[in-house]
Amino acid sequence: MKVELKDIHKRFGPIQANDGITLSIEPGTLHGLLGENGAGKSTLMKVLSGFLSPDRGEIRLDNKTIRFDSPAEAVALGVGMLHQDPLDFPALRVIDNFLLGSPREFLLDRKYHQTRLAELANRFGFRLDPEARVSELSIGERQQLEIVRLLALGVNVLILDEPTTAISTQQRESLFRALSQLTEEGKTVIFVSHKLDEVKSLCSKVTVLAHGRVTGEAAMDCPTKELVKMMFGQVLTVGKRCEVRLGEPILELQNLSLSDWRLEVKDLSLKVQAGEVVGLAGLEGSGQQLVLRACAGLLRPSAGRIWIAHRDMTGRPYQDFIEASIGYMPAARLEEGLIAGMTLAEHIALTERGPSLFIDWTMAVERASQRIREFNIKGQPTTFVGNLSGGNQQRTLLSLLPSQPKLLLMEHPTRGLDMESMEYIWRLLQALTQQGTAILFISSDPEELLERSDRIAIFFGGKVRMMDTCGASLFDLGESIGGKGFE
Amino acid sequence: MDLPILIGSILAASPPILFAVLGETITEKAGVINLSLDGSLLLTAMVGFVVALHMDSVIAGFLAGMVVGSLIAFILAFVSMTLYQPQVATGFVLTLLCRDLAYVFGKAYAHIPGPQVSHAAIPGFSDLPLIGPILFDQNPLVYLSLMAVILVWFFFFKTQPGLLLQGLGERPAAAYVRGVDVTAMRYLYTLIGGAIVGLGGASFSLMVKPGWARPYGIEGTGWIALAIVIFGGWHPIRAAVGALLFNALQTAANLLQSVMPDVPTQLFSTLPFPVMILTLLLVTIGNADWTKRVLNRLPEGMRRFLIRTLKALQTSPPASLGTIFKKE
Ligand SMILES: Nc1ncnc2c1ncn2[C@@H]1O[C@H](COP(=O)(O)OP(=O)(O)OP(=O)(O)O)[C@@H](O)[C@H]1O
Ligand SMILES: [Mg+2]
Repeated sequence: MKVELKDIHKRFGPIQANDGITLSIEPGTLHGLLGENGAGKSTLMKVLSGFLSPDRGEIRLDNKTIRFDSPAEAVALGVGMLHQDPLDFPALRVIDNFLLGSPREFLLDRKYHQTRLAELANRFGFRLDPEARVSELSIGERQQLEIVRLLALGVNVLILDEPTTAISTQQRESLFRALSQLTEEGKTVIFVSHKLDEVKSLCSKVTVLAHGRVTGEAAMDCPTKELVKMMFGQVLTVGKRCEVRLGEPILELQNLSLSDWRLEVKDLSLKVQAGEVVGLAGLEGSGQQLVLRACAGLLRPSAGRIWIAHRDMTGRPYQDFIEASIGYMPAARLEEGLIAGMTLAEHIALTERGPSLFIDWTMAVERASQRIREFNIKGQPTTFVGNLSGGNQQRTLLSLLPSQPKLLLMEHPTRGLDMESMEYIWRLLQALTQQGTAILFISSDPEELLERSDRIAIFFGGKVRMMDTCGASLFDLGESIGGKGFE
Repeated sequence: MDLPILIGSILAASPPILFAVLGETITEKAGVINLSLDGSLLLTAMVGFVVALHMDSVIAGFLAGMVVGSLIAFILAFVSMTLYQPQVATGFVLTLLCRDLAYVFGKAYAHIPGPQVSHAAIPGFSDLPLIGPILFDQNPLVYLSLMAVILVWFFFFKTQPGLLLQGLGERPAAAYVRGVDVTAMRYLYTLIGGAIVGLGGASFSLMVKPGWARPYGIEGTGWIALAIVIFGGWHPIRAAVGALLFNALQTAANLLQSVMPDVPTQLFSTLPFPVMILTLLLVTIGNADWTKRVLNRLPEGMRRFLIRTLKALQTSPPASLGTIFKKE
């Protein structure tokens, strides 16, 4: 199916998210959509898939002008979108997620549809247990389910909005294989991302957006430098992490054991020194999060001790951890870190409560403006955090951390950020480490882990192995994450 | 008293609470909290009785109860889904309003004899040993309420509209993407739920406790029904078991009362309520942090067992229960 967008405009209050975008995509191709945070990629795709109606402009499918009033209508006409955060039903089972909304039969023949689901999934090498609850699946598997569901509905144009931000390397590979296969079958795939290398390896053509406009189109033999220039208007240079002198121990874990309903981490010992950056690697849910939460004082260990700056913090309340100058940044931005319905200034007022009973709004607004400048957030002090783009929410979260913490604990600090922002954030973090902050961070991006940390703790099913990044290759890390060396 | 008869009598008293729990389960499954249950039951009981009395037809009484029940539900739906006002506050106000309306308009009908549904044994089955007196020697409403439980279960889990209904309560935004008109469907299920609650109210005044009075003696049942919906984990069969459990507790309290006549009656009549709250505690206790810590100290086998039991008891509400859905 050929897709054409003509002169699409979409405005949110003062922000012109799409400012006259014209774009044409040939049938049976994998088309990339690149752009930095807030460029308007998600907005454009929501317009194309019926979630938003454009203020102005035209959508044409196979040379026919089309209007959708809802996502369901778009799907009926062959356009389906996979969201950054899969729009499914976590409490329901896989098969029910697959069936919900279609077919239009009264009695459900689950057996029959199970074989349909299995056949479709197998065709793309996905393995989905129809009886599992969706909440037990990883983000990658939930994506697979959505893809299979949309295909079963007869979708001809598949849009993926940053599908690789939260999935493992293996899942990414199987996703890419499936996408290539889809285009071979004649489907049109639109791949939204700000990861240059992914777009380069996957897509045949790419369109670059910046500030709501198309700033370039290129076939995929275009050099990376050119693409970066289209995205940011300048070429970035990547800095190298300098030799760090480590200070005294900040965090010591002694024979720590942790558990939740699913998983147990046993007998973990780890020492992190001032100025050190330790990455926590592993497939999602291998125990990294348990350890980070324990260090943040949010999870009580079942055995062992946690020392912070020579003080035994085991079993102490969260407030004590905060007072010990520990910053914690959760992964679920809008669930645990930020409050969607509050403005930036209100967030500042909440985090930096003075001793006074009343809120000093002038001060809060002033500080918010300062953070906005410092962290390059696209928004105003009065912007609701829920209306910021994904990347800008992430920057907001970072801006709320204590200014010179002893220990920073971060889950996916740069998830969903474009290259420029990622570089920017790490520059900020490195400045902190030079002043003695120790950093413990979880990431699912192997390159980020190798490039940014001094040591990596690799988690596999609750077991932990340490690895020095010096001299290690991406291949070594990938293998260990996959379980090599854990008998 | 022998056991089958005792169990039979528990079932005989169950239609009102079964219907109330079932109606509320449907409403909440769609993501709407109708907190007006306690008032709805009283008002529909009163209206059901009065209409049946005037028209000399219990069928008319039940229909009236259902109409009034869905009318109350409609007010809630309109205020929360069209005017975007909070459901809980609206439901609470409706509870008080309905209760007062019932007392005011029912005044003239207190302690008047009127029509009631009569007992109907099912020939051929009622003589079966053991299950005969329990299941087949009952009031038609008992048959109807038990069948309704099965029917709702079937609808929820075996049909496409039932699946869509679950989607409404879990994640309306995702249901919308799949072509559901969220607001219209929530209206529909709120009305249906209200009608079934009305059926429950009318079955008080036309069967379990025929007539009308102030106080009528069912005050508080609506609140317990709300708790049973939670205990039931929004699953019709589990909720029905909860409802029957509550009735069993009431029967047990009555029995104890007859054994110990010296103890004040108030004690026994209130006893089922705290016990029900305690059972409610069982379904949430598994979430608590300290439970895990206590469990971790126990020997392995026992720990496994307890964890599994608590997990099986644990319930979680439809994820979007009580939230307002507006599309972008
Ligand atoms: N519902 C909304 N209300 C107000 N502003 C919005 C809304 N959705 C998006 N915006 C704004 O429109 C702009 C474009 O956002 P969009 O989500 O399309 O960016 P993006 O290119 O997908 O960025 P990212 O890579 O960070 O996801 C941003 O400045 C964002 O703050
Ligand atoms: Mg986006």
